[in-house]
Amino acid sequence: MLRFTLRRFGTGVALLFTICTLAYFLLYIDTNSIAAGILGASATKADIAHFNETHGLNLNFFESYWNWLTHALTGDFGAAWTFTDPVSTMIGQRLSVTLTLVVSSLVIVTIVSLTLGVLAAVYGGWIDRLVQVLGLIGFAIPNFLVAFALVAEFAVVHRWFNAVGWTPPSANFNDFLKSATLPIAAIAFTGLASLTQQIRGAVKDTLQNDYVRTLRTSGLSFRRVILKHVLRNSAGPALSVLGLQFVGMLGGIVIIEQIFSIPGLGSFSVQATGLKDIPAVMGVVTTMALIVITVNFTIDLLSAALNPKVRLA
Amino acid sequence: MTTSLISMLQDPNQKERNLFFKVITNPVGAFSAGMVVVFALLAVFARWLMPYDPTVSDYNAISLDPTPAHIMGTDDLGHDIFSRMILGTQFTLSGALLCVTIALLVGCTLGLLAGYFGGLWDSIGNWLSNILQALPGLVVLLAAAAVLGNNLYLAMSIYGFLLSPAFFRLMFVTVRGVRNELYVDAARVSGLSDFAIITRHVLGVVRAPIVIQSGIVASIAISIQSGLQFLGFGSTDTISWGSLLMDGFANIWNHPVRLIWPSVGLALLLVSIVLFATTLRDELERAGTRIRKSTKKSLVSHRRTEAAEAPIVHIENDRVGEEILSIKNLEIGYLQGQGNYKVVVHDANLSINKGEVVGLVGESGSGKTQTALALLGLLPQGGTILGGTIEFEGVDLATIKSKEFDKLRGRRISYIPQEPMSNLDPSFTIGSQMVEPLRVVMGLSKVEAKARALELLGMVGLPNPEKTFRSYPHEISGGQAQRVLIAKALSCGPDLIIADEPTTALDVTIQAEILDVLRNLQKRTGVAILLVTHNFGVVADLCDRVAVMQNGRVIESGGIYDIFDNAQHSYTRELLGAILDENGPAREAYELEVKAGN
Repeated sequence: MLRFTLRRFGTGVALLFTICTLAYFLLYIDTNSIAAGILGASATKADIAHFNETHGLNLNFFESYWNWLTHALTGDFGAAWTFTDPVSTMIGQRLSVTLTLVVSSLVIVTIVSLTLGVLAAVYGGWIDRLVQVLGLIGFAIPNFLVAFALVAEFAVVHRWFNAVGWTPPSANFNDFLKSATLPIAAIAFTGLASLTQQIRGAVKDTLQNDYVRTLRTSGLSFRRVILKHVLRNSAGPALSVLGLQFVGMLGGIVIIEQIFSIPGLGSFSVQATGLKDIPAVMGVVTTMALIVITVNFTIDLLSAALNPKVRLA
Repeated sequence: MTTSLISMLQDPNQKERNLFFKVITNPVGAFSAGMVVVFALLAVFARWLMPYDPTVSDYNAISLDPTPAHIMGTDDLGHDIFSRMILGTQFTLSGALLCVTIALLVGCTLGLLAGYFGGLWDSIGNWLSNILQALPGLVVLLAAAAVLGNNLYLAMSIYGFLLSPAFFRLMFVTVRGVRNELYVDAARVSGLSDFAIITRHVLGVVRAPIVIQSGIVASIAISIQSGLQFLGFGSTDTISWGSLLMDGFANIWNHPVRLIWPSVGLALLLVSIVLFATTLRDELERAGTRIRKSTKKSLVSHRRTEAAEAPIVHIENDRVGEEILSIKNLEIGYLQGQGNYKVVVHDANLSINKGEVVGLVGESGSGKTQTALALLGLLPQGGTILGGTIEFEGVDLATIKSKEFDKLRGRRISYIPQEPMSNLDPSFTIGSQMVEPLRVVMGLSKVEAKARALELLGMVGLPNPEKTFRSYPHEISGGQAQRVLIAKALSCGPDLIIADEPTTALDVTIQAEILDVLRNLQKRTGVAILLVTHNFGVVADLCDRVAVMQNGRVIESGGIYDIFDNAQHSYTRELLGAILDENGPAREAYELEVKAGN
């Protein structure tokens, strides 16, 4: 297990490093046009030179990347070009908002899809058909359309929830629910639909195994075999889909935060790219990659804990 | 696998024509395909279909709600929204097309190379798809826009690259599978070039899955494109559904109807595309199973034609002990799609006394396993007892409630399966699987259960019970796993064990060891065993009595000596002859006896 953990950790670090290097290379490859783009058409050569000087763009690629990397390792993403606060501070403030949204959605998605998926696989019938239809709709309809429908119905027609804005849960929990319920529902819907289908499939596959019947022959009840043995053996495939779903949710949240004017990482990335604030964009990309890789690492460890064979891989 | 091989050897074009025809004639498929075609036609003929010029402002018709002249209303600048919706299809579809094309080209090329040549291509392809899947696409597109500028077609090209793993995986897996199929080797031997092999065989196989995947990728591309435009991405002059969404959302409080048109259009288009893709996938899967079903049906009809003869029952006067199980006129059937039953066991009769070992012999498909599973109340889905009784100590197992049956299993009737490895749960240690029924069924404490489990593991001859207790199923051998399963079957002190081919999956030397274990434990515990097997050698080794099954019927039954010395049914003799082939001297002795008998 230790060797497995270390190897997966190493892979994660290598992946993060690759992504950062590629991103840095692509973002900083054409520094002249960046400066020209930010300063506008009226900028003189001297203005551009001065901009490059103050933002460290006159260094060669490796020097500046090394600079960035060593600082990033200490959690410092440098100064932003257009915001007054340093990039790390900006990201820090917004990260908790986004994580609150994503983690809440993830918890809801996991619980609901586990229940629905198992019921659909075990009992079939109308609940199975419901899951199929839900899966199709959830897959086809992007979450921003779901968000529009939710806002129109529950914030505009019935004023039960807020259409825009954000209150952190620590400030006022009731207001938090008012501001967070609709965005969380919109994010969860898409993930819910496909994860339910995946769990349904995984449980159906597991039920085909000989050992499920043999466990029953030793006197264990159907319920116990499903809840203990079938669930545990279906967890692996379901978890790997959860990892992919998580990446999808993180992407979807960019639009959702924009719709609900939530000051999270997603709306920050829209702002930063609009302003062509390269250090801020680099910071966002790195943070997103770090989140995804951390989540996938955790999922790998969970799979290994649940399934002894994975540890050998 | 065999089915796919056979169907691939037939002309793939012919098969595919049927497939697409089936999708179009299916109502859901026809609707979804029709919708996609309608949207495509709207895009192509937009110029002639628009009632107004969507770029011309009519200052006398600003911010109108739907009217007969402007059926979807107008926006703040007096543009006709209906015309804008129609023109918007152009941009929406062309962006998706661009994205799919690039994903297809990049993904399929890499997948082909990685799947066919393996090695370096394999590593490159898999690494690339790992990296691409580690970042949310939208974030990558935003970052790219910061550098490369605000161009939607460029963004869709990049997104096509990001989605290429969808095709890479598909192509990689299919090509690797097909490459190893026999006929590709055959083609190579006959002197075809790699290129010819790929185009002729591999591309024929992946064509339908690629259409399905393209539909899915197109739907994702359309979503992300509208999302990007909604975020203010791309030129503001571009008329598209995304820009209509942005305008609609900005006016959600005063003109909510404006948000409805692009949302409904988008939803309709996306659902149609995904529905078409899933219908195609379902038809493809069904085409695979249809072939298999038909072969089964022909077997059934073949069986039905055989006339039912009266079973031969050797009269046994020397049986001791009281009867523990009595099967009378048992009939088992499987529900077919048309609502009728396919009968797999007809009118079976069998009796077992306490402490007896009874062999149930027959070839595969003779109904012996079905009979065994019926005794456990665990027939596979669709299987039902249609008639007869299974009396077990005064209870009829054919009609017992499932909760009552739970109490019998393990404690009174238990089971030893055929294939040891697939019958242990791979996620739990042997110890935990041994302990669980002891605690749940027998109500032992944790410590007692562990001690009992270790004792049982020792009883079945495992050299190091402690070590086996801690092991996972994949860490022990097949022979050890079968010993574990025997220990499990014995653990709650049953009166009857149903052993379904307990040695068939094992090596010959280990078979003998397992039979020894069974014989010793049977003597020690006095448990009755129903031994299901196709092998008369095993029967000779263990059984007191035998019942022979063929085509779902018990055709002959009697004491072991009666059957061996005086088999009446030709099929029983055939089976006896088959095992005696294996050991020469016994064969000669048997033939002498047969001659003497005749």
